[in-house]
Amino acid sequence: MSKGLAVLNRIASMPVLDRLNLRHPSEQVAYHGARVGFRTAGAVSRGFRRVPGRGAPVRPTAAPTTGVFDLTPTEDQQMMVDVVAEFAREVVIPAVEKAETALDTPADLFTQAYELGLTLTGLPEDLGGLAAERSATTGALVAEALGRGDMGIAASLLAPGSVATAIGLWGDSTQQATYLPAFTGSDVPAAALAVAEPRALFDPFGPRTTARSVPGGGFVLDGVKSGVIRGASAELFVVAATTDDGRPALFVLESSTPGITIETDPSMGLRAAALSRLVLDGVTVPAEALLPESITSYADSVRLARIAWSSLAVGAMRAVLDYVIPYVKERKAFGEPVAHRQSVAFMVADMATELEGARLATLRAASRADLGRSFAREAALSRRLCTEYGMKIGTDGVQLLGGHGFTKEHPVERWYRDLRAVGVMEGGLLV
Amino acid sequence: MINLETPNKFRGFVAQAHRVAAEFMRANSRKYDLAEHEYPKELDMLAAVVDGMGDSGEGQGAGAAGVRRAAETGTAVRNGSNMASVLSVAETCWGDVGLTLSLPRQGLGNSAIASVATDEQLERFKGMWASMAITEPGCGSDSAAITTTATKDGDVYVLNGEKIYVTSGERSDAVVVWATLDKALGRAAIKSFVVPKSLPGIRVERLEHKLGIKASDTATIMLDNCRVPAENLLGDPEVHTDKGFAGVMQTFDNTRPLVAAMAVGCARAALERTREILEDAGVDIDYDRPVLAQSAAAAAYLQMEADWEAAHLLMLTAAWMADNRLPNSLEASMAKAKAGRVCNQVTLRCVELVGTLGYSEDELLEKWARDSKILDIFEGTQQIQQLIIARRVLGLTSTELR
Repeated sequence: MSKGLAVLNRIASMPVLDRLNLRHPSEQVAYHGARVGFRTAGAVSRGFRRVPGRGAPVRPTAAPTTGVFDLTPTEDQQMMVDVVAEFAREVVIPAVEKAETALDTPADLFTQAYELGLTLTGLPEDLGGLAAERSATTGALVAEALGRGDMGIAASLLAPGSVATAIGLWGDSTQQATYLPAFTGSDVPAAALAVAEPRALFDPFGPRTTARSVPGGGFVLDGVKSGVIRGASAELFVVAATTDDGRPALFVLESSTPGITIETDPSMGLRAAALSRLVLDGVTVPAEALLPESITSYADSVRLARIAWSSLAVGAMRAVLDYVIPYVKERKAFGEPVAHRQSVAFMVADMATELEGARLATLRAASRADLGRSFAREAALSRRLCTEYGMKIGTDGVQLLGGHGFTKEHPVERWYRDLRAVGVMEGGLLV
Repeated sequence: MINLETPNKFRGFVAQAHRVAAEFMRANSRKYDLAEHEYPKELDMLAAVVDGMGDSGEGQGAGAAGVRRAAETGTAVRNGSNMASVLSVAETCWGDVGLTLSLPRQGLGNSAIASVATDEQLERFKGMWASMAITEPGCGSDSAAITTTATKDGDVYVLNGEKIYVTSGERSDAVVVWATLDKALGRAAIKSFVVPKSLPGIRVERLEHKLGIKASDTATIMLDNCRVPAENLLGDPEVHTDKGFAGVMQTFDNTRPLVAAMAVGCARAALERTREILEDAGVDIDYDRPVLAQSAAAAAYLQMEADWEAAHLLMLTAAWMADNRLPNSLEASMAKAKAGRVCNQVTLRCVELVGTLGYSEDELLEKWARDSKILDIFEGTQQIQQLIIARRVLGLTSTELR
């Protein structure tokens, strides 16, 4: 058998083809060896019909403030969080094992999650969303509740809503009218906000992905994006790229656009998020692909994404704590529960303290965004805390279970892998 | 609605506390660091101002007595005197921790009185500067082991024992002394007594020479058949063995956020000064760029500021819960634990970042790094806070987790 046929044989035997729905011979499929995994063309996009918008785009209004320090969510937020928390317990957690193996989130979860309005929390009511005003705090609370179930599944479920939020915040009225109805309807497309790039010391304020202006209007995009949530399924991408004047901005790309290739990129954790790379090779888009307000609000997009990852991390940190508390009280060594030893108990005390500090910092960042106040500092500090103490809690969670924690018999090894993502991910999600 | 900003109604008051801290505290910081045990006379005028603010209501109920739990009034979310107190203490400790501790009539004894006194006692002890005496030569964190005795004799209690590390013990008018009514009955028999220094049988034995907070006097107090009026016992005079330590320990739920506030203020002083010096040295600290793509000094700074932010918010949370009559033992200990260790780590790291300039007495950084150590020790050491947090989080008793 020639080398080419051997490769084809291998591809044909891979179950991932069924999942990606790529067995149809007309689809481009190329195997690039172990390093890059599968390369496929972008998913077939539904063909978003351009709907001209009327007048100024709809923007969420800043939340009013009472000026009172308060840790109580609003009634609406509490209701949303209660429902999402229940969904996380009853639907997400039972699906984790299957999702981890399948390297994707089961389809039925999306249907259920969208019935709860998960794509709608970041959109104003006038755009078909649920938010009476800017509600990064609601987004943060929802992400926290979902993250307590599973960070990977949470990322999958929240990614399309994040794209909708980006278009709502920074798109013009035509972009809003063209894309948002799909996200507020019953058949929500997979969509991904692609910011990160695969290299050390990546700085989201200097993406190497470029968007060159072409004579006569429009842009040509080139570059590689990583950490793209469910890239192979996504019908729509919002991509960060550096423009001719050296400033980064966000562009809307439909997945069928020629020049787009998706590489699966299985990573340490977030297995259910089907992380991918998005390869852009001379992707030509019209001038309307640029989200006009993303030029001035680009920094906000980076910050809101960081708050989203921090919120997911806070949920996962809580999950670790919830799991180790009964364990250390039941597990006996030297004739008594290990929790009776200070070296164990103090680890748990520090986990609880750092979790609380990181959570408060994250909520402060989100609430400042809602009030229309600067939140660069708060978003950065919350990210630092969640990166540092999220990983500390992740590794201590495994440590407290000893050898048992190292096996797949317990979920702590998964949280360990997932929590490493917090300081690594840029973009992907938004609150 | 979730909002973690300084309450609007306290903004003016906090700004005022900040000016006071700059003019009365920071300006005299080095002077009284060098002149240990000298009375900081500048504070007398300041104390009068603070008293005036308290009486006029301008002070928003802040101060040592601001930790008293308000009576039930409606269901609206409150930002009250507990929050005003932590905010003002953080400001004055940004100025100077030792001088804050030396503020007349703002002692920890005053907080203890405010926490557990009856209304009658509160009125009777009004205007008194009270310090706090718990520690003994043979017991520190293990306050259940105290040996100072209080023996009922008619309408007085006779107190005998030795107390050490009494902050403002020389300067105060009275000392709140922890003593046991009956050692055999354990913690439940420990009560606190307001002992005026004018009584015969109480005397200041000596003052400590310390690593930091030198502006604050730290006294050894001897009680030698000191006869204290029975009505000076704070709280319930009966021994309830089932309630254990609850009475006197309640003080700590209210004072620990204050010590967290001291740490938050001191750490902020070091962070601000370090940032100025680093920026003069050409270090750019950017909140948006990834920390690892910045200089090591900037990355270290951002980590410190993040830890400070967590401590600051834990402090506000503990105070907010107290103002809203929510049980806050866990949060008070979390605030104290986080703020205490963060302040110590931050101030020491700031000296390291600034080098010999920070190590020199030309700057206050080295002083803050000495002052900070006590903040991770008094009102319950780091390890005691961890013990309390662990017992609460794990649901273990003090016999299970010792």
